[in-house]
Amino acid sequence: MQWETVIGLEVHVQLATRSKIFSGASTGFGAEANTQACAVDLGLPGTLPVLNEQAVAMAVQFGLAVHSEIAEVSVFDRKNYFYADLPKGYQTSQMYHPIVGPGEVEITLEDGTNKRIRIHHAHLEEDAGKSLHEDFMGMTGIDLNRAGTPLLEIVSEPDMRSAKEAAAYLKAIHSIVTYLGISDGNMAEGSMRCDVNVSVRPKGQEAFGTRAEIKNVNSFRFVERAIAFEVERQIELIEDGGSVVQETRLFDPERDETRSMRTKEEANDYRYFPCPDLLPVVLDEAYLDHLRGQLPELPADKRARFQNELGLSAYDASVLSASREMAEFFEEVHHVCGDAKQAANWVQGELAGALNRENLSITNSPISARQLGELVSRVVDDTINGKAAKQVFQALWNGQGDNADAIIESKGLKQVTDTGAIEAMIDQVIAESPAQVAQYRDAEPDKRGKMIGYFVGQVMKASRGTANPQQVNGVLKAKLDALL
Amino acid sequence: MHDKTLTQLAASLKSGEFSSRELTAHFLQKIEKADSKLNSFITVTGEQALKQAEAADNARAAGETGILTGIPLALKDIFCTRDVKTSCGSRMLDNFIAPYDATVVEKLNAAGTISLGKTNMDEFAMGSSNENSHYGPVKNPWDLTAVPGGSSGGSAAAVAAGLVPAAMGTDTGGSIRQPAAFCGITGLKPTYGRVSRYGMIAYASSLDQAGPMARSAEDCAHLMNVIAGHDVRDSTSVARGVPDYTDTLNAPLSGLKIGLPKEYFGDGLDPDVESAVREAVKVYESLGATVREVSLPHTHYAIPAYYVIAPAEASSNLSRFDGVRFGHRCKDPVDLIDLYKRSRAEGFGEEVKRRILIGTHTLSEGFFDAYYTKAQKVRRLIRQDFLDAFEDVDVLMGPASPTPAFDLGAKKDPVSMYLQDIYTIAVNLAGIPGISVPAGLAGGRPVGLQILGTHFAEAQLLNVAHQYQQATDWHLQLPAFAEEYA
Repeated sequence: MQWETVIGLEVHVQLATRSKIFSGASTGFGAEANTQACAVDLGLPGTLPVLNEQAVAMAVQFGLAVHSEIAEVSVFDRKNYFYADLPKGYQTSQMYHPIVGPGEVEITLEDGTNKRIRIHHAHLEEDAGKSLHEDFMGMTGIDLNRAGTPLLEIVSEPDMRSAKEAAAYLKAIHSIVTYLGISDGNMAEGSMRCDVNVSVRPKGQEAFGTRAEIKNVNSFRFVERAIAFEVERQIELIEDGGSVVQETRLFDPERDETRSMRTKEEANDYRYFPCPDLLPVVLDEAYLDHLRGQLPELPADKRARFQNELGLSAYDASVLSASREMAEFFEEVHHVCGDAKQAANWVQGELAGALNRENLSITNSPISARQLGELVSRVVDDTINGKAAKQVFQALWNGQGDNADAIIESKGLKQVTDTGAIEAMIDQVIAESPAQVAQYRDAEPDKRGKMIGYFVGQVMKASRGTANPQQVNGVLKAKLDALL
Repeated sequence: MHDKTLTQLAASLKSGEFSSRELTAHFLQKIEKADSKLNSFITVTGEQALKQAEAADNARAAGETGILTGIPLALKDIFCTRDVKTSCGSRMLDNFIAPYDATVVEKLNAAGTISLGKTNMDEFAMGSSNENSHYGPVKNPWDLTAVPGGSSGGSAAAVAAGLVPAAMGTDTGGSIRQPAAFCGITGLKPTYGRVSRYGMIAYASSLDQAGPMARSAEDCAHLMNVIAGHDVRDSTSVARGVPDYTDTLNAPLSGLKIGLPKEYFGDGLDPDVESAVREAVKVYESLGATVREVSLPHTHYAIPAYYVIAPAEASSNLSRFDGVRFGHRCKDPVDLIDLYKRSRAEGFGEEVKRRILIGTHTLSEGFFDAYYTKAQKVRRLIRQDFLDAFEDVDVLMGPASPTPAFDLGAKKDPVSMYLQDIYTIAVNLAGIPGISVPAGLAGGRPVGLQILGTHFAEAQLLNVAHQYQQATDWHLQLPAFAEEYA
């Protein structure tokens, strides 16, 4: 039987506010345990929450970016359950009236086509603390630094049909929140985590299969792997005559499998009700307009502009707009050198390759966008040829000079375009290569094109790489053909 | 000094008749002598009080004084106080010392008042008799076999007995007004949102409100001037200007339109209480007020609605008492669930557990709409009843409680206890202010006249109460107990 996979994602994004969603404590990552938890975060008796306006603004910005309706009135609810790292015995969240209503995100599939993934809603809530199960001799340590960090939970419709689509959606969300600057998107530090709802159904069937929810997957790669495993598990189960139970599962990246955490029967009754300590959040059109006016250019718009205005290929436009950092880097290179295609080639080719080799992100690139732009502009204006440019790039990468011009000067890489000098070098090479000249002369005319490469190589070598290769090619061909 | 109102004591401090240190020492001595009979205090902070009093005297000498500088007060043990235990009447918090002051406490400190200590109360403010305290019941100074009312029973008894000139209470369903009535003092529950709830241990967040309990309406007005106002730390406190509540105390009452809700004079009302209240209304008529009967048709739904909403909020508010970070922790827990179960089983009393169970049930899947959602609808209807009534009249009057103080141990069945709050609970559901003023005695026990106004009408309530207290002296009468230990 042919099976279809159905996937929905709940993405938790930590918002990059300075202080927590309901208290004045800092949200900084990595501080000593329990040093960033104030009386409110500890849930001390008598303390009350006060909503952080910045968190509201960030949620709204996200909503606007995914074309959602922003709720005029949204309400915080309490989700009641006991856990050691949940100080108040409830999590303040938005169950019934979330701040961000239905919207959509466009993802690009591998075949280059686009697909819309609908967003059901997004709501604000507070993060819990962390339970630390190691280093306490069989006891559990509680670190409440994270407790109260604002989260935006973005809930998709079950619109994804493969692990790849799910990963593409997650990347699209990542790119939107980082473009907006509302999250650092750092998955390793838990700034973005997701719960994956997976089910399978026979191809052509309309009704959804029973889903399993895989909790707390924290990397793009793990999302794909967790889904791949889960899909296989569910299909096997059904084909063996069993059925999928609705349950919460955990992905174990070390064993590459998902394991049951709790079934539906064991699920908590969270007893949601409106939080009486917080007023409903009421937003007016003027406020939304104000935030709308501050939205940066978003990935989809940037991609379209790169393609339509800068003439980049769909692929280049998509790669270069994927992250805000990448796009900003590319745009600076382009701004300096003035040639979009060359800028795109260098950023994606030489630079991306070097960054990959050393496992660096673009924000940590040893070559700045300005430096690369200056280098590319020397290629564009024919000051150096491609080969020399690679040498300049390497020198800049290694910190052997501040800018391309200085390196070109000091290494003598300036391209020779003086026809007289090139002709002299060619004449010498021809004179020193009688055997090759004879071969060339005796060869079939259609083979000669390839044979010319030898002569070009010799001339370039004689010029220490500085001769203009196109020029060399042209003159050589004329001179060799004259010998026929 | 014990028979003087806070207003009179403030005048004496100003004139230099005695110092704050003398005044504070006097009351501390009275507490020392008499409170073993009443049990109105959980914690007495004598040393700290004397230090505060000295500071107040020094401030006065330096000319840096407000009206209340040097006045001793007591705080219901629900207000968090830095470095002083805040138990909320519960074993759960018998070891709890907050690292901060409640906003009300901060404001009272800034006004130069002296805290003599923390008063007894029903555990987590759940109760109408003060019999639900981990620290034992409080006795009514008018009759030591009677309850003082609750949940602010310690505050009411201490003021009535002359152990302190005034105290702070909180009122979720009548917890200021009913004990004020039972103990023959004046107690004001302000409009919801008028006084900050920050640092006040929550029972039912949408109903809780702090307010003053003192000998007279004028005393309450002075205290309201200190504690009322918006607090950025409490999102439900209202950003609205605070008048000087003493400015309008003497406004004449001629033309005042009084409504008597017919539902407040029905079955179950003690005839002596009724006649005392009707006598008080006659006094108002003599002051130029007109009286008419009005109806609050949804009154009989108030108690059921309250006992859905308040326990629902309480079940959630009290989840933080889990033995993990503060409060009572059971011995040698074997795992997290054991820690929760035993810490809470040992830390909470019976009534608190009952309300947590009720609230947990009403919020449960499948019951939420039938209980919680419906109760909220009823709440809106009750609020509308009051708003409709205030279209026609300025204030409403009736008894604060259907009976005078009942005997200790008399109400064994929780529902009969809940019915005690029949006249006070709807006021919290509607969020309006209410005041109870002493209006006579029934069988030797005080009767409280309850006066209700529309939202933010505290100044009017204080004015109406004060004018009655100018015409009568019920509020100045002291129980024999107070004289005995004078």
